[in-house]
Amino acid sequence: MARMTGRRALFAVPVLLAVTLGVFAVAAAAPFDPVRAYAGTAGLTASQANLDQIRHNLGVDQPLLGRWWHWLTGALTGDLGDSATLRAPVSQVIGERIGWSVLLCALAFVIAIVVGTLLGVLAARRPGSMLDRAVTSAAYTLEAAPPFWLGLLAVWLFALKLGVLPAGGLTDTGSGIATAGQVARHVVLPALVLAVSQLPWFVLYVRQGVGDALEEDPVRGARARGLSERTVLFQHALRSGLLPVLTLVGSRVPELITGALLVESVFSWPGIAAATVDAATSVDFPLLAALTVLATIAVLIGNLLSDLLYGLADPRVGFDG
Amino acid sequence: MRSRSIRSAAAAALAGTVALTAAACSTPSGGKGGASGAQDSAVVGIAYEPESLSPLLGYGKDGNSKIFDGLLTHDADMKLKPALAAKLPEVSDDGRTYTYTLRDGVTFSDGKPFTADDVVFTYETILDEKTNNASKAELDALEKVEKKDARTVVFHLKYPYAPFAERTVLPIAPQHIAGKQDINHGSFTTAPIGTGPYILTKWSKGEKLTFKANPHYWGGAPKVKNFTMAIIKDDDVRATRLRSGDLDGAILPPNLAATFKSDQDKKSLAAKTFDYRTVTLPTANKVTGDKAVRRALDIAVDRKAMVDGILDGAGKPAYGPVPTDSPWFAKGTERAHDLKKAEQILDDAGWKKGDNGIRAKDGQPASFKLWYLAGDKLRQEHALAFASDAKKAGVEVKVESGPWEAIMPNMKTDAVLAGGGSPADPDFDQYLLLHSSLAGDGFNNMSRYDNPKVDKALVDARRTDDKAARKAGYDTVQRELVDDPAYVFLTHIDHLYVVKDRWKDLTTQVEPHDHGLASGPWWNVEDWQPAA
Repeated sequence: MARMTGRRALFAVPVLLAVTLGVFAVAAAAPFDPVRAYAGTAGLTASQANLDQIRHNLGVDQPLLGRWWHWLTGALTGDLGDSATLRAPVSQVIGERIGWSVLLCALAFVIAIVVGTLLGVLAARRPGSMLDRAVTSAAYTLEAAPPFWLGLLAVWLFALKLGVLPAGGLTDTGSGIATAGQVARHVVLPALVLAVSQLPWFVLYVRQGVGDALEEDPVRGARARGLSERTVLFQHALRSGLLPVLTLVGSRVPELITGALLVESVFSWPGIAAATVDAATSVDFPLLAALTVLATIAVLIGNLLSDLLYGLADPRVGFDG
Repeated sequence: MRSRSIRSAAAAALAGTVALTAAACSTPSGGKGGASGAQDSAVVGIAYEPESLSPLLGYGKDGNSKIFDGLLTHDADMKLKPALAAKLPEVSDDGRTYTYTLRDGVTFSDGKPFTADDVVFTYETILDEKTNNASKAELDALEKVEKKDARTVVFHLKYPYAPFAERTVLPIAPQHIAGKQDINHGSFTTAPIGTGPYILTKWSKGEKLTFKANPHYWGGAPKVKNFTMAIIKDDDVRATRLRSGDLDGAILPPNLAATFKSDQDKKSLAAKTFDYRTVTLPTANKVTGDKAVRRALDIAVDRKAMVDGILDGAGKPAYGPVPTDSPWFAKGTERAHDLKKAEQILDDAGWKKGDNGIRAKDGQPASFKLWYLAGDKLRQEHALAFASDAKKAGVEVKVESGPWEAIMPNMKTDAVLAGGGSPADPDFDQYLLLHSSLAGDGFNNMSRYDNPKVDKALVDARRTDDKAARKAGYDTVQRELVDDPAYVFLTHIDHLYVVKDRWKDLTTQVEPHDHGLASGPWWNVEDWQPAA
């Protein structure tokens, strides 16, 4: 287990190098002009000489490889550079935002896994039953619903019609302090919407996995031995039915990041997603590279996690990858 | 045993996530906010977030920042009045020296006194080439800033520039703080200290800016003690949060503002603006470069129909950068919608109608491309309306959309649906739009218009201090645009705000194209009084 983790960590180094170089190359090839993005509306009346000076100051007139190397050597010594669009050090930008994104994603993920597994098992227990059909068709409908739309719907229902939950922000809009109680109230809607948008995949996978497992010989054997339905379902069927779900856990990470992007913008959640979009469209190299490294690390850890869980759940697989 | 290991692994993973979350959550930049009471706090929704709050990088350059003050500021009628200066500047006879006497006893919100050094520091830093300020060309006329004594600052200009005083509304930064850090990326860019009526307590990027009243403000402590600007980019979300009671006011597009008309406890304010939409007529294009085509298009468009149809009545027809209700507008230059006359002009110039209804001259079809910024619905509707009006006169306009990156390389020969507008001085818009020396310089003079008479009038009008002579100059420019249009100006657009009925006598200023933090009824939130 430790060996696999170590090997994966070692493998991550070239992957990260290639990804960051790729980010710089793609951004350099993109038609977006970082200086124009930096100048914003002021750039519409700025003189060409002024824009050229800013181009030089920002260092974006340097060749691609030089810029990448400069960024990389800086990053290794802990200096992530300065974000051009947000006019602040990258480490500060990320530090201020990432916690809120992680909080939102972690909550949503846990809710999606727990509720998804529960609904999936319930649906698989009686294939074709009313409950199964209701859950499955709801899952397929949700699968097609964009998180953005779900978010607006949730705001309309809970904030506008029922008035029970705040419509957005991290704290009450008029308040300046982020107390735990306020954050807890404000995180409910965005976390639920993000969870619901991730739910269908877990429901359908668990339903399929557990459903198949119920048909398998060991389960039928267990039933024949007279074990209780509960034991059969949770000890036998769920364990082998859960295997595909464990792989899913890792592979959902990128989807979770994109989902968070839309949800954060609907709920004005001060996370990192909005910064990612801004960084990409304004070719903010230092911020973009740092965020890409983070996203890559998240995906790699997601994959490692699902493989580790898979190995723990099914000893036949082992940890040799 | 095996199920236990799954459980413990899951628990470990969960514990790790929670720990990571908790560790990362402690970082948002702190600050003390006040608890919000009903009468002394206000929350407004805005669509735009500044990249920086440092005046050295361009924040608040048009005046009216809540955190800072300039030497001068604007009153409700956009007239200049003293702020950090004790009175309006003394201008030398040759118009090249501006002397400001500073107000006594002003302190920054950290308690340190405001001095002449801060003024010199602010202007010198903005002009420094190492400072990434994209608006520094606005101070092009400035040669140097000189501190004469502790309370007197003198600006020396390279050439006489009548509207220079309008530029000194830009906020003054404290040298003792901003001078000690990286101008472009230091903490001053996000945690500013100023002399203004409000103190920034927290900027949660992407979410909101919170302010508390500055109790030692030289203009008197504001009645609204806590002020919050929530940043909500999506129009629908902003309207929803206004309706849910979360916001006290918000900027809204016409169709959403209309949904609040029947609300008893809210009122709508329409701010008059200099915000125009126009079609560039590139001179390098064989069709739009023909004066007959330009004149014909200028009267073939139905501006009134655009105001009614596209803007829902919230705006007015535009015949040039100056709105018709401005004192700078040259009366008599309004053009009526006259399709017959447009066709006559084209016929006379040899643009003959073909079988398909499109005119042609010497084998050149009367057809050109018109770009608009993708995703901007208002520009799209203007572009389509313009194309449909042009078609009636036999000119084919092929409308296409794209980001600025796609539009820019084609601006020399293709028309663009552009926007702009700056109310402070007619020079600010007209010189950039029309002077031949700026043809094709970035987004300036996109039509590459070259009219010696206009050039001369523009230069004369910016160099004299005599109000009547300036008015005569800009009248000449506007008359010239009737005979030889540089652009087809379509509309001036009102900005709409919906606000709760909790304060007395809310007003709006005349607004520029770019409506940032300072625009809207909250332009003078420091003067708001609770309604009884």
